[in-house]
Amino acid sequence: MDFDLSEEQRMLKDSVERLVADKYDFDQRKQHLKGEHGFSKEIWAQFAELGLLALPFSEADGGFGGGAVETMIVMETLGRALAVEPYLATVVLSGGLLRHAASAEQRATYIPKIAGGEAIFAFAHGERRARYNLAHVETKAKKDGDGWIIDGEKSLVLNGDAADYLIVSARIAGNANDRDGIGLFIVDARAPGVTRRGYWNQDATRAAEISFAGVKVDAAHVLGEPGKALPVIERVTDEAIAALCAEAVGGMGAAHADTVEYLKTRKQFGVTIGSFQSLQHRAVEMFVFIEQARSITYFATMMAGESNAAERARAMSAAKIQIGRSVRFVGQQSVQLHGGVGMTYELKVGHYFKRGTCIDMLYGDADHHLAKLASMGGLIAA
Amino acid sequence: MDLSFTSEENAFREEVRTFLKENLPADIREKLVQGLHSSKDDLVRWTRILNKKGWAVPHWPVAYGGTGWTPVQQYIWLEEQMLAPAPQTLAFGVSMVGPVIYTFGTEEQKKKYLPAIANLDTWWSQGFSEPGAGSDLAGLKTTARREGDEYVVNGQKTWTTLGQHGDMIFMLVRTDPNAKKQEGISFLLIDMKTKGITVRPIKTIDGGHEVNEVFFDDVRVPVENLVGQENKGWDYAKFLLGNERVGIARVGASKERIRRIKQLAASEKDGDRPIIENPRFREKLAAIEVELKALEMTQLRVVAAERNREKGKPDPASSILKIKGSELQQAITELALEVAGPYVAPFREEKEGHGWNEPPAGPDWASPLAPAYFNYRKVSIYGGSNEIQKNIIAKAILGL
Ligand SMILES: Cc1cc2nc3c(=O)[nH]c(=O)nc-3n(C[C@H](O)[C@H](O)[C@H](O)COP(=O)(O)OP(=O)(O)OC[C@H]3O[C@@H](n4cnc5c(N)ncnc54)[C@H](O)[C@@H]3O)c2cc1C
Repeated sequence: MDFDLSEEQRMLKDSVERLVADKYDFDQRKQHLKGEHGFSKEIWAQFAELGLLALPFSEADGGFGGGAVETMIVMETLGRALAVEPYLATVVLSGGLLRHAASAEQRATYIPKIAGGEAIFAFAHGERRARYNLAHVETKAKKDGDGWIIDGEKSLVLNGDAADYLIVSARIAGNANDRDGIGLFIVDARAPGVTRRGYWNQDATRAAEISFAGVKVDAAHVLGEPGKALPVIERVTDEAIAALCAEAVGGMGAAHADTVEYLKTRKQFGVTIGSFQSLQHRAVEMFVFIEQARSITYFATMMAGESNAAERARAMSAAKIQIGRSVRFVGQQSVQLHGGVGMTYELKVGHYFKRGTCIDMLYGDADHHLAKLASMGGLIAA
Repeated sequence: MDLSFTSEENAFREEVRTFLKENLPADIREKLVQGLHSSKDDLVRWTRILNKKGWAVPHWPVAYGGTGWTPVQQYIWLEEQMLAPAPQTLAFGVSMVGPVIYTFGTEEQKKKYLPAIANLDTWWSQGFSEPGAGSDLAGLKTTARREGDEYVVNGQKTWTTLGQHGDMIFMLVRTDPNAKKQEGISFLLIDMKTKGITVRPIKTIDGGHEVNEVFFDDVRVPVENLVGQENKGWDYAKFLLGNERVGIARVGASKERIRRIKQLAASEKDGDRPIIENPRFREKLAAIEVELKALEMTQLRVVAAERNREKGKPDPASSILKIKGSELQQAITELALEVAGPYVAPFREEKEGHGWNEPPAGPDWASPLAPAYFNYRKVSIYGGSNEIQKNIIAKAILGL
């Protein structure tokens, strides 16, 4: 076991950190948010230039063959910057689906588009009644000659408004919660029958409600074996959870650093507030929460490639529980220790708090995963 | 010791409840049920309904428009309003500056200001905090220099809640720069339309506009706007802050939110099962209800002790109400997030006091939940932060 980064990993970390330092301070971020779909095309192009968009794809597919550790490195830095670009939606989620389910031909068609920064992809999977159940798919795909016709409504699609391509899950057989019978389809986001309504999330990311009315998909755009998509969806969601944990750790670390700095500079009663022992202890408790979160993120990262789905699921639940608790405490206390200033939109700390809260609610909050992990018997065998 | 309400008190509760049922405008109530903000107009309308009934300032002395209710009756009234739910009357006038004026003000001031507070003809703001003076309020720097029969005020106040509607602001200003911190402060009433005053909005984390910065640049204030004696303002401020005991815990408001959560959790499903049937969720809800009941009893103990206490002398036990009350209000907003699950995330812009600007993503009721969670972080910060409340208990109750 070795927690040190390799030479290449260190270079990757340095290059992302440099980009963020040059182009992504809090004021620059405000400009990025004014981009067409709430992010900066220019930053996205720089991600491509640095190879971040090609990172997880195999070298044979034109990528860099990066694994979960490389994704963790990128996500942690993006978390610190509160980056709003669609890295999760396009590279981690959609890229993951392509890596695990696409044919050689499909990979040759789409991966270069992602890697080159030419196309935004979004994963249109969530639905109004699904909550955190990945098997809950009501959207239907009906056979139509060689191809398929998709009808249904997708909800909370991350970066769905910006997407050029949507990877859509739809049911080809069975009932809403059946594990079998789900297919994945690559849909041109501007195809006839696709209607999108984009909106902001609490954390200044974007999402969309998308409806599909008689949308035609030909056989070449079916991803993987129709009806057998759930294991792939679960796997990619687990990879996304590991990535989100890293993003949360980056955000918490930055919020904590800002808070400690504030404790050292803010004066009340003629002294810095950091001289009050109650606040020192609070800052230490935050620190412990963050270190626990970082450690569980390493665990999730290590397990992201685990082929035993049940073992992987346990790890991701464990990670999501610790991360959820950590973002809550760290977010709340970052605000509290700033006093009134912590309540303002102008201060970065509140935005970390909001992003952390949204990360907790993505793919199941801490309590959802606590129930899930408990029902799986926890982490330690009796 | 008799721990139950008397039959008179129960009858009073019925009377109050009936009044609320018959007089609280449905649109005003509905906004609160949904977790939306009241508009200025909502508050004015409701205050005038109360004032017509003679209930706008029940805790004031009868001579100034009070009802003569016992502390327990006042408590019942407050709780029933929160449960209705009705908007609370503007505390800055009714609970803060009003009592200061009728206790320390001149006859002129009483005549001029008190009826206008009761009818919400005058919207008051609180100008205490400054960028450099929050927890350490006595460190305030805004100055008032006497020039003939005027004060000239210079400086900055901040976090001024609803100051964007303000007609008048009550201020702590430094009148003697050479005196010890607490001894050079005066209590001044300032017309917010006076030349030299600038109000700038501060946007809060949830995207709302409820606080402001207020700048004073050579603002001329007639000396008759001084309350009480010059350089005695700190005493009046302590009186004002110590007055807010009943209601500080907001138990009624928390009960009302729990009721709302239960209704939402019964309507929203996880798979085939309503959220309310999730045993873990119910346990968490029950645990909060237990703490809330204990807090309610603590509050009643403080209320009952009221008649034996010196007027205007703060009770350190009210710090318990502040700490626990704020923690529970915050815990309830956290639990509400769980009902909405992933639908916590979509942001919907609220037009100040006038509902929504755009359609929802997912259930309509979910939109105010995350903003409430973020916004309620304030309740452990303002009105003396929870850390400061703990310092008070450590010192005044535990003698540490
Ligand atoms: C939404 C909102 C509305 C408000 N409305 C008004 C208003 O209408 N009028 C008005 O005058 N003010 C208002 N306030 C101001 C409020 O009273 C102050 O924010 C509060 O007193 C804290 O001061 P501060 O913000 O300067 O924080 P600071 O005093 O700088 O505190 C920063 C942190 O240090 C802690 N701390 C400070 N001193 C100690 C100590 N001795 N021991 C341990 N910890 C300590 C605090 O608890 C806090 O966590 C409002 C504030 C908010 C957030």
